[in-house]
Amino acid sequence: MESGFCSPRTEAFPAGLRVLVVDDDPTWLKILEKMLKKCSYEVTTCCLARDALNMLRERKDGFDIVISDVNMPDMDGFKLLEHVGLEMDLPVIMMSVDGETSRVMKGVQHGACDYLLKPVRMKELKNIWQHVFRKKIHEGKDVESYECMREIQMIMSRSDEFDDGHQLNGGELGATRKRKDMENRRHDDQELVDPSSSKKARVVWSIDLHQKFVDAVNQIGFDKVGPKKILDLMNVPWLTRENVASHLQKYRLYLSRLQKENELKTSEGMKQQDFTCPAGSLGFQTSTLIHPKDAANCDLKYTGNNMLLIDMGTRICREADKKGTVSILPMDLKETSTSNFLDSQRANVSSQTILSRPFNYQSSQSNTTSQKWNEAPMEQFKQPPKQEPEPYALLEDDFSHALQSAPQHLVQVDLQCSAYSVGPGTAVPERDKPGSVMITPVRSQSRSNHSQIVNPETSDAISNFKVGMKNQMVGLNCLNDCEPIQQKIFTVGDSSLGSQVGCAYTESIGLQDIDLLDYYNSELIDELETSYYADLGLNWDNDCDSVQNPFVDQSLFTARAEASGVCYPG
Amino acid sequence: MERNPLQRQVAYMRRSLFDQGYLDEQFVQLEDLQDDANPNFVEEIVTLFYTDSARLIHNIEQALESRPLDFIRLDDYMHQFKGSSSSIGAKKVKNECTQFREHCSARSAEGCVRTFQQVKQEHTILRRKLETYFQLARQAGLAN
Repeated sequence: MESGFCSPRTEAFPAGLRVLVVDDDPTWLKILEKMLKKCSYEVTTCCLARDALNMLRERKDGFDIVISDVNMPDMDGFKLLEHVGLEMDLPVIMMSVDGETSRVMKGVQHGACDYLLKPVRMKELKNIWQHVFRKKIHEGKDVESYECMREIQMIMSRSDEFDDGHQLNGGELGATRKRKDMENRRHDDQELVDPSSSKKARVVWSIDLHQKFVDAVNQIGFDKVGPKKILDLMNVPWLTRENVASHLQKYRLYLSRLQKENELKTSEGMKQQDFTCPAGSLGFQTSTLIHPKDAANCDLKYTGNNMLLIDMGTRICREADKKGTVSILPMDLKETSTSNFLDSQRANVSSQTILSRPFNYQSSQSNTTSQKWNEAPMEQFKQPPKQEPEPYALLEDDFSHALQSAPQHLVQVDLQCSAYSVGPGTAVPERDKPGSVMITPVRSQSRSNHSQIVNPETSDAISNFKVGMKNQMVGLNCLNDCEPIQQKIFTVGDSSLGSQVGCAYTESIGLQDIDLLDYYNSELIDELETSYYADLGLNWDNDCDSVQNPFVDQSLFTARAEASGVCYPG
Repeated sequence: MERNPLQRQVAYMRRSLFDQGYLDEQFVQLEDLQDDANPNFVEEIVTLFYTDSARLIHNIEQALESRPLDFIRLDDYMHQFKGSSSSIGAKKVKNECTQFREHCSARSAEGCVRTFQQVKQEHTILRRKLETYFQLARQAGLAN
């Protein structure tokens, strides 16, 4: 039932909008096809949900929007909806002859951007472009995407031609117009991106860069800060005011979110972990070692959906987002001026905000190079509201959640494998306990408590990770006798698991990962697996639509090849 | 725009289909979709519907034969059938479908069996009327 090749959009938006229609009723399929064609959309029809998913996967970026019936024989429409949202992050419209409120609500809960009642009128279909446009706008704001900006420019330049003469929010327009300047400067900025195939060009906010940013902000004073001032202070020639402006915007959002969460966390205690999804669900794991000498400067920070563990000394920033992506942001191993990086805002830290599962850790002296690290699932990830801007991982001075660092002893996390099939139980570190722990859910392929053991390639510079469960002790090495730590990036993503978990990750996922990319210190990348990161970056940037799932399967180190691909489970 | 008696007849027949409640607004939508690219669009859709609905009817008939009646399944089938009927604007058919589903909820076997007969009846009546209508329309078009 396909109507052929979907070419990239060339006509004036919304004409040429590439729609995929999924309906098991052949009559409706034909009618909808005709209706959509009359709207000047480019239509592909499909009567099976499975086929639709395959098509979507095969032609990444081949479609702009999906319309699907709710009742289908081979797959529940809601399930398809989830998949599409997670894997491709396309807007999905549901249809049904049944207009019961509960059904509609279910649709919305599963992420439908609209719910149409059959018989569907032509005029309802005429307006579906708004969902695509809206998404682009949101993407454009958060992601500084060249491609997005370009599209929005295109759209807006055509706005005169629209019958409705729709009005765009002036603020949005302004923001997007300004970004046009960035186009030209972008090309130099692309790192980890294959220019020919990448869709997103962006400034990579490396740790150093961000550090400069933060320094500048602090110097100016957060209240008086402005992009121009920051830019001047930063003294980075290739950086534009717009880059700084958008970074600042994110920074502000991030801070405010932190604050909110800080308040929430203290009252919430244990949080329902999104990842505790029973069947073979995905947890993410990371066990990281913190350089002993820098134990004093360990800070744990919760950034919205991510937990950021920053080890000051080693300048390792580990971040795990709620999707189970843990990225370890390498920092310079040598201590530099960023020791002032993390403020002594640690007083603000409520350790409960960091780890919502209690875990006991005791300090003991042991050499953690044996890496007996188990990390407990990180629980504090909340499912953000869907429109929330992407969590922005920052390393910065104003950590409102910074664990009291526990310098000189080994902090161990006692993982109790309990109810979590995802990961061992964790406990919230008590305030007075030293050290910072990166806790992340352990990925488990099965319901067992076995953890995924990641065996990174060894090198002195590379920490070995071993995630053990079952009441193993997690050693957080904050001692001096540890090797400097280098990071590996664990990204584990699994959209289907996400959906099992019941979170609609949708747009937040991919952008988190993109943000994480920003922090890869290129030096370290060189030391470690440069190409690997490049691959990651490449793939993530290439697979624009699937970027939400940077499927780096399992052990990154043992499966480099896989890492560069996108794996779709099930 | 009735230039000849045939066309007038067609228009009249069309009118009565609406007035008598056999068709609803959706049918007009289909007519609006008809254009040069698809000059016989409405007829094609109706044909498609009747082909496909035969299958659905068969499913329901089979399900009605099993004892005890699986009302959930019946409801499911009828839901599909109703959705399909809505595609051509088959108003009376749709109404009977709704009745059937009510009997399903009430778990009334007798009600289901009875209303299903009515569904089939309306389904058939409409088909005949539309066949006549299209035939007439074709003749009127040729005669022009």
